Amino acid sequence: MPETPQLVEPPPQADIAPGYTFGSVTDQISAVVLTKRTPIFWMLCFGAGFGLLLLFLLSVAVLFAKGTGIWGIRAPVMWGFAITNFVWWIGIGHAGTLISAILLLLNQRWRNSINRFAEAMTLFAVACAGMFPVLHLGRPWLMYWLFPYPNSMGIQPQFRSPLVWDVFAVSTYATVSLLFWYVGLMPDLGTLRDRTKNRVGRMIYGVMSMGWRGSARHWSVYETATLLLAGLATPLVLSVHTVVSFDFTIAIVPGWHSTFFPPYFVAGAIYSGFAMVLALAIPLRKVYGLQGLITDKHLENSAKVMLATGLIVAYAYILENFTAWYSGDVYEQAAFWHRLTGPYRHSYWALIACNIVLPQFLWFKRVRTSPVLLFVSSILVLVGMWLERFMIIVSSLAQDFVPSSWGYFHATRWDVATFAGTIGLFLFLFFLFIRLLPMISIFEVRTLLPQAKVKEERG
Amino acid sequence: MTNAIYGLIAEFDNPTALVMAARAAREKGYRKLDAFSPFPIEGLTDALRLHKNKLPLIVLTGGIIGMLTGYFLQYYITVVSFPINVGGRPLDSWPSYIVITFEMTILFAALSAVLGLLGLCGLPMPYHPVFNVSRFALASRNRFFLCIESADPLFDRARTGDFLRTLEPQEVSEVAH
Repeated sequence: MPETPQLVEPPPQADIAPGYTFGSVTDQISAVVLTKRTPIFWMLCFGAGFGLLLLFLLSVAVLFAKGTGIWGIRAPVMWGFAITNFVWWIGIGHAGTLISAILLLLNQRWRNSINRFAEAMTLFAVACAGMFPVLHLGRPWLMYWLFPYPNSMGIQPQFRSPLVWDVFAVSTYATVSLLFWYVGLMPDLGTLRDRTKNRVGRMIYGVMSMGWRGSARHWSVYETATLLLAGLATPLVLSVHTVVSFDFTIAIVPGWHSTFFPPYFVAGAIYSGFAMVLALAIPLRKVYGLQGLITDKHLENSAKVMLATGLIVAYAYILENFTAWYSGDVYEQAAFWHRLTGPYRHSYWALIACNIVLPQFLWFKRVRTSPVLLFVSSILVLVGMWLERFMIIVSSLAQDFVPSSWGYFHATRWDVATFAGTIGLFLFLFFLFIRLLPMISIFEVRTLLPQAKVKEERG
Repeated sequence: MTNAIYGLIAEFDNPTALVMAARAAREKGYRKLDAFSPFPIEGLTDALRLHKNKLPLIVLTGGIIGMLTGYFLQYYITVVSFPINVGGRPLDSWPSYIVITFEMTILFAALSAVLGLLGLCGLPMPYHPVFNVSRFALASRNRFFLCIESADPLFDRARTGDFLRTLEPQEVSEVAH
């Protein structure tokens, strides 16, 4: 009888470190919220976020008082920083939905310990993103004109415009992300309600948990709901950045008018989103001692996703230049020649370095397993992706068909202040979340434990 | 007489014991029972025969309503209420309606998923008799509970209690109303 071949496989890296119990998982994650002591790290980050948030309020106040002229947007570059920041922020959000929805459908159980804060990241990134188109309107207080409603002016939005599609896509995305996040939180809010010693806390968590009691009947509906929401969020997340890219491709501006923008934008979104996940996870797990739950495997897998999407982005850059040359369209060719050698060439080569060249180090396992190097590379990718958005928007607008209308975009201090301000808003919201809600999904981590498996001995 | 209490609840310290207990209670003929666990347990859904629920149907209905709303909102505005003739192009330009129709489908479907979840579970329900059991707070941490309700026709305070004790629970307690 031939011997059955023995597969020699390295033991799979655990999704969480061994030795955890249902109790210790619960205690460790909920302790971050329920403790009275706040780490210095939290104070510093929250303080920085709050400071920048005040800067944001100041910039918005000045903007309201003086108008969008405080920014560097002048003809021909009327989109400038505001739309760059919008596209960048909304892209960052995509990784959260990818982790919470797509990886759920693909049954990637390692996602269980990073999905909660990644979804929170999505929500806050979308909040930051949503600021820009509204502030950029010129008269932001009339933003409700974007939606169709019966009005005495007798006018309605133009449904053939991608800008109107964007309103619907982004607001649907924000709503569905919030719902998905909240549904995921309900059981954990029940845990916090049962564990807090504070009367007020118990009331608030109790109300927010809606009286969740872990009934098997509820769990079965709950699992169906989660699966359906994931199934709905998956096409949604792909559609959002697709619609954002329509804002560009449907225009005829050289450098924008191209059919591969939707997949290129979605890949870039996931790329920058995973960079943000790493940039948040690496310091958090260190400060809160969560290396047992957010393990090196999580960091490595995120790095691999980053590498893969980064290669798609690299492919898009190459193809973009190729199609410009191959199209034979002189305006298209000129647009790309300007990017490579024109007034914005520094941004272009910086983005190539950040997005394409440096991430190639992620091929090495030593880089992928070193938190410090991963943190550095994720920051570089975030910078690179911002430059990419800037490049696409500004360089194309600055030099279009007619040389007599060319211009150069100069960012003002208020451009920078508004952008830094939304980083503050993001940090402010994110660290509030860390302090007040469980940053790791407790009930989903419990299902990762070996003792969560029902042993079938007696059939 | 049996309605003086809500039911009897047994506490277990691992999911396997809970699934076994739920199965045993079903075999014994109890139907009004519920299990409580800190995370979803697949075997439990089988044991309690909870596979079917109406949520997919609710979500499908929501999605279809959203789709129709999205499409006809745009149709009504661009064709009936606010027609703009651009170079003689058709007013009903359906290809440009697809994006918003899609978004509205997802929005309505997701809203109905969440509202359907709450509706089917009867949430929000801040008060429930099982919360009266002081150890029940552990159901959201590391303990597993099986409750047989007094509304069950087979329920008898003494005999059901004895039955639950045969399942080797940590503790059996009465659930006050």
